[in-house]
Amino acid sequence: MSTVDTVRTRLDALPDVGLVIAFIASIWAVMLVLAIAVGGANWANLAAGFVGSVTVLIGGYAILALALNLQWGYTGLFNIGIAGFMAVGAYTTAVLTAPTDPAAGAVPGLGLPLWVGLIGGMVMAAIIGGLAALPALRLKADYLAIVTVAFSEIIRLIVNWDGLAEVSLFGVPFGTGGATGISFKSANEVASTFINGVGQPIVAAAEGVGVSGPNLANLTYGILLLLVVAASYWVLARITNSPFGRVLKAIREDETVTQSLGKDTRRFKIKTFMIGCALMGLAGVLFRGQAGYVSPQQFRPTITFYVFAALIIGGSGSNTGSIIGAATFSGLLFYLPARLGENVSLGGTRAPGNIIDAVAGLGSLDPLPLLAYTISNVSTLRFVLIGVVLIYIIQNQPEGLLGHRNEPATSVSLDRAQSGSGGETDE
Amino acid sequence: MGIAEFARDGRVVMGDRPGAAVVAAVSGFLLLDLVAKLAGTTVFFLGTRLLGGSLTVGSLLSMVVDGLLVGLAVGLAGIGLSMTYSILDFANFAHGDTVTAGAFLGWVTAYTTAGLGTGAPISELFMLNSGRQLSTVSTFLPVLLGLVVAGIGSVAVVLLVDRLTYRPMRNTDNISLLIASIGVALALRYLIAFVFGTQTSGVASGGLRVTLFSMISITDNEITLLVVSLLLMLGVHLLLQRTKLGKAMRAMADNEDLARVTGIPTERVIRLTWILGGGLAGIGGYLLVLESGTISFNFGWILLLLIFAAVIVGGIGSIYGAMAGGILIGLVDSLALIWLPSGLTRASAFLVLIVVLLLRPSGIFGGVSTA
Repeated sequence: MSTVDTVRTRLDALPDVGLVIAFIASIWAVMLVLAIAVGGANWANLAAGFVGSVTVLIGGYAILALALNLQWGYTGLFNIGIAGFMAVGAYTTAVLTAPTDPAAGAVPGLGLPLWVGLIGGMVMAAIIGGLAALPALRLKADYLAIVTVAFSEIIRLIVNWDGLAEVSLFGVPFGTGGATGISFKSANEVASTFINGVGQPIVAAAEGVGVSGPNLANLTYGILLLLVVAASYWVLARITNSPFGRVLKAIREDETVTQSLGKDTRRFKIKTFMIGCALMGLAGVLFRGQAGYVSPQQFRPTITFYVFAALIIGGSGSNTGSIIGAATFSGLLFYLPARLGENVSLGGTRAPGNIIDAVAGLGSLDPLPLLAYTISNVSTLRFVLIGVVLIYIIQNQPEGLLGHRNEPATSVSLDRAQSGSGGETDE
Repeated sequence: MGIAEFARDGRVVMGDRPGAAVVAAVSGFLLLDLVAKLAGTTVFFLGTRLLGGSLTVGSLLSMVVDGLLVGLAVGLAGIGLSMTYSILDFANFAHGDTVTAGAFLGWVTAYTTAGLGTGAPISELFMLNSGRQLSTVSTFLPVLLGLVVAGIGSVAVVLLVDRLTYRPMRNTDNISLLIASIGVALALRYLIAFVFGTQTSGVASGGLRVTLFSMISITDNEITLLVVSLLLMLGVHLLLQRTKLGKAMRAMADNEDLARVTGIPTERVIRLTWILGGGLAGIGGYLLVLESGTISFNFGWILLLLIFAAVIVGGIGSIYGAMAGGILIGLVDSLALIWLPSGLTRASAFLVLIVVLLLRPSGIFGGVSTA
């Protein structure tokens, strides 16, 4: 408890932008230290790879956490169908932008420019979100959760279905590619074209210190994603600080009161749900489809729960907290343990292939095999860690790192009236 | 879309809501289509196939049997989910992983004891990959022992999880509990993956195949699933009818504070709820693996949404509803193949879940809380 309190006091002392930048910079520093520690002469390239990958992860999860925060943190809509709405956005973009004359065996698309595809993906995700919200928002929070997760699985099964792998409408062939997925012109490709064209001097300089071209392109893409995060943050801050946003917070606190004040809460909820889903659709294509390829496997419900973990760690109800939570989750809990496991070795002890051989060492008082087994399976164990962190936070710090900043629904401060209460846990 | 069964119940169709009318119309159409398919006729309208096709009675029956078997196991697992939903008032997303945990504990026991004398190395037996396939007929005692261990093991798991996670949060809201259960689900699933790996292992296949009425073919493992789950459901029924536990559970589901002031030991009832629900979940998982033959670290997680569908269709809080809902969802999942391509059959079960939640959130049996 006290650890979180200390962290929180320190975080509170900084302005929001400085806070986010300092936080992400310190995660970069951790990656740099790791790369120097294990990379040897090749450290610069390794560092660029680590920092690039972690930045893409942070960017992707931050957009998703911001979108979820609008729906859940501000309005109390418990949406666990995130994966489905991401799939709608990603697949729409993919179908719109895939080349009309694809390589052999691939699925043709409509060949439109990327920006058309991105807008189309967001609009489609918003429409589908609105259609889902229309009947579902009457439900209790936990029923809404089950409906949305079932809905996202239906979407995944539909894009996975080979009946839609390649269809023809008015003589124009297109499709989802079924279980094999679909390739399209990705935003990542744009980033690497950019860096290899205009940014050629940077590439040359980077190669001078040993950073490879693909790693630099990936890093550029990560920074591009952070710019999208900044733009989303700005839009969401505008929304949540507007009179519209105040109604959302009021709905979260007490929907009946808001209704009796003459607000059509249903319309507010549907609009919010649609905006959030549009952002999720955008994240679906920019994050999951970063390599210019999407397949149904990428949209399993587990990703939804990772976004929840990120938001809860950061503190739902706070946009800054969403980004901090996404950075903590993806940098420190998701990415770092996996890299540590790959790069830490125990001298000559090779990891046993299964746990029985690992535990057998304990019989002869040799803990090394078990330790080696644990290290080699750390990418599995990190999910146990994420689960335990989630339980710890919800038990001891339900407000997360920054959830206590949860803004009240009023436009004037009520601090004196409810002194001592740092914002209720929201649902 | 497989809704025909639930329309047959009749209750859904009643009422003056337009949604119910649509469901009735769709179900009626599907039923008509089924009859046409069985008769082997096809009806064309404006040059496109409107309904009909061909379907033999034999393949229909085998679909029914498949659906029934899966449905019984899902119903068994659903009892626990329904009970925790009504008594502790939260949707337990870790229930699917309880199913997996019980199944693994049971199967490791069965597999190891069955393989002890055969000279297979213990690590292969423990990892369930010695290549041996168990069946009820050929290895009766190990399979029985595994069944018992699956039940006891999953009870131990849920009691430990309750002690560590849910008990300190008894008075928190249901969404916090739901999120905690997501954490439990992650931790439990990947602990299982850490110990047993992420591969899919084949552990069971039927040792004996019997043909009933010269049309239905069923293996000894499937008969075991049928008999054990029906016996357990009967046992739960007797337990709730003959002891005070059922009444205490109903009282707690209704109003926990009132139950406590009336002298009901609420904490003990909660523990019994976990024991009953967790044990049945583990056994359900064990039986499902016996029937399907394969086990992997995330099969319970994948099953969870189906279990939710069963519980919600049957009505949250109703144990008989969970059993019936399980069978119904199992049948929908299997019979949807008549109308849908095989890639979309699972979607039909989820669609039924959504439709029931939207049109009749209390479940199709009218929300009678039986425990």
